[in-house]
Amino acid sequence: MTYLVLDQLTKRFSNWTAVDRVSLTVEKGELISLLGPSGCGKTTTLQMIAGFLDADGGRVTLDGQDLLAKKPNERGLGIVFQSYALFPHMTAAENVAFGLEMRRINRADRDRMVADALKLVGLEQYGDRHPRRMSGGQQQRVALARALVIKPSLLLLDEPLSNLDAKMREEMQIELRRIQRTVGTTMILVTHDQSEAMALSDRVVVMNKGRIQQVATPQEAYDRPANAFVANFLGRTNLLPGLVGNGPAGTTIVVADSVWPVSQPLPSGPGALAVRPEKVGFVDAGGLSGTVRTRVFQGTQWLFEVETAAGRMTVIRQHDGSPLPAEGGRVMVGWRAEDMAVMPAAEPEASASREAA
Amino acid sequence: MAASTDSQVADIPPSAANPAAHAPPPASRPHRRSWAPYLLSAPGIALFAVLLLVPLAMTFLLSLNSFSFYGGIADVWQFDNYIDILTDSYFHEVFLRTFRIAAVVTVLCALFGAPEAYILRRMDSPWRGLCLLIVLGPLLISVVSRTLGWALLFGSTGLVNQGLMALGLIATPIEFMYTETGVVIALTHVLVPFMVLSVWASLQRLDPQVENAALSLGAGPLTVMRRVVLPQIVPGILSGSIIVFALAASAFATPAIIGGRRLKVAATLAYDEFLNTLNWPLGATVAVLLLLANIVIIVGCNRLVERRYKQVFE
Ligand SMILES: Nc1ncnc2c1ncn2[C@@H]1O[C@H](COP(=O)(O)OP(=O)(O)OP(=O)(O)O)[C@@H](O)[C@H]1O
Ligand SMILES: [Mg+2]
Repeated sequence: MTYLVLDQLTKRFSNWTAVDRVSLTVEKGELISLLGPSGCGKTTTLQMIAGFLDADGGRVTLDGQDLLAKKPNERGLGIVFQSYALFPHMTAAENVAFGLEMRRINRADRDRMVADALKLVGLEQYGDRHPRRMSGGQQQRVALARALVIKPSLLLLDEPLSNLDAKMREEMQIELRRIQRTVGTTMILVTHDQSEAMALSDRVVVMNKGRIQQVATPQEAYDRPANAFVANFLGRTNLLPGLVGNGPAGTTIVVADSVWPVSQPLPSGPGALAVRPEKVGFVDAGGLSGTVRTRVFQGTQWLFEVETAAGRMTVIRQHDGSPLPAEGGRVMVGWRAEDMAVMPAAEPEASASREAA
Repeated sequence: MAASTDSQVADIPPSAANPAAHAPPPASRPHRRSWAPYLLSAPGIALFAVLLLVPLAMTFLLSLNSFSFYGGIADVWQFDNYIDILTDSYFHEVFLRTFRIAAVVTVLCALFGAPEAYILRRMDSPWRGLCLLIVLGPLLISVVSRTLGWALLFGSTGLVNQGLMALGLIATPIEFMYTETGVVIALTHVLVPFMVLSVWASLQRLDPQVENAALSLGAGPLTVMRRVVLPQIVPGILSGSIIVFALAASAFATPAIIGGRRLKVAATLAYDEFLNTLNWPLGATVAVLLLLANIVIIVGCNRLVERRYKQVFE
């Protein structure tokens, strides 16, 4: 069931477009991650949904209602701010209780809910401490508790776990996932941490320079990046220039001395092929020929650098006893057609020049 | 001691004037006592002693002398002047008026200055600088010309009265000159920049996202103001109030021009005793009592509010 819809949402700061025609549909109960480099407009997008920034264009609907028409304090969203934004003059417990007070929940229930929320984030002994006397990670957990305790139907999380140590972060990830599953809270999570996005999200939204590059399940975005930016942003990848052609045998892409079938329709012309290092293997025929430059043993796997006519490629092979080429050897590398992604050439540069224009 | 507003600012302890400044952690040097800090602050302390403590002490000693119209100042050491002032209802009235004016001015400055600073902070870049300049403008103009301007504006043939009469709002001119109302209005205008600056400083530490957080939790704008913004700027309002109160209670130029001879406050009283009656010991006594009362009131209020908003001051 469609819950939150962003339609062509745009935000300009003087002459700089921070968020550029972002459209997105979020299902009820879904956990969706916004991923992208610093400054790509993730926080700005959340702030517009929350109503702290006025959109310069576009619409936001929540459960069929126009959200932009509502005041920020009537939207009923839970928000964890990137800077925590705790009330410095209130204790941790008072911070958490604030939203409940505004909802006029009676004292006894409020105290119980606050205690539960603090317990959830592992801060039950810190209730009467002021934020200034807490560590960054503790403050972040208070911020999380404050947003969770009001049981919002939509939770916006701006890097909510960035300041926690690995163990705490893992626990909180599991907790977020559990809340999302049991309560059915819809969540939009902003994160820098790819593995966090991959582990938690139903879908990821990869953004760059204010634009959505791809919306897909984590696996899909990893295996079939929509463009070179996504391919490079999510993990290591081999990006090879090629030439797309449409012939009687269907669409193909020619990369140096090899030809690969392309499943999706694509206009003829320059293109690029992306394939993950661990999906590349050494083959006898029908691949791309090259020379092994270096070969590094990494315990469970071997890392190869192979020089080909299309450029240098990284190949990862499992250390499973199968014969592997030596340094300096002539080899042929290949991969399954379904393991590669083909895209128009030089997408990020094209959008960058549009930005400048 | 009350002749200039500027010199007064230095009298306020820096900790009270700016609670935002955190003292640096003391250097951990448990064994050897270092003389460097004392040596380095010696010139400042010397200046302070020569220019402030010595005159103050001399003023105090002077206040113990006696004065007779024919005999002049007699070198005696007694508290007769103090007893005179403390038992004379005329002096009671002057002191009461002084602190009533100072209190009203302080409240008005807080009422106008704090919202003013808040609104200024919410303004956009070019307007903000301009409006800040307008607010702080009075500080750039000499207190005398500023106050004379008020006198021209307030006079029975001044702009305000002429305007109000032209509009038919009043039949006879309202008396601003030589009234407490006039002094309060002028002093408020003169002193409000100190409040704005002081609140401004505490607003700078306010994270705008904190207000947004309160909004997102369902608080209306008024609740945000009362529960989130106000408690955080209380230190600023308090330090501003201390400055304004001290300056208002010891202000000289404004009450002298607008209040005139008819409406005396402690500062103008001391001045008249010194220069007109030539009763220096009595003038000195007034000055010392003004200083003492100022200190007691300010320290007392400071304690009170600090206890009430303990956590904000940490
Ligand atoms: N108030 C503002 N005025 C002008 N430009 C702004 C403003 N706020 C943000 N920007 C710009 O908009 C762009 C997007 O900012 P945003 O905070 O959304 O980035 P982000 O994706 O959240 O980055 P990060 O991961 O570092 O938090 C940035 O280039 C930033 O410089
Ligand atoms: Mg951000």
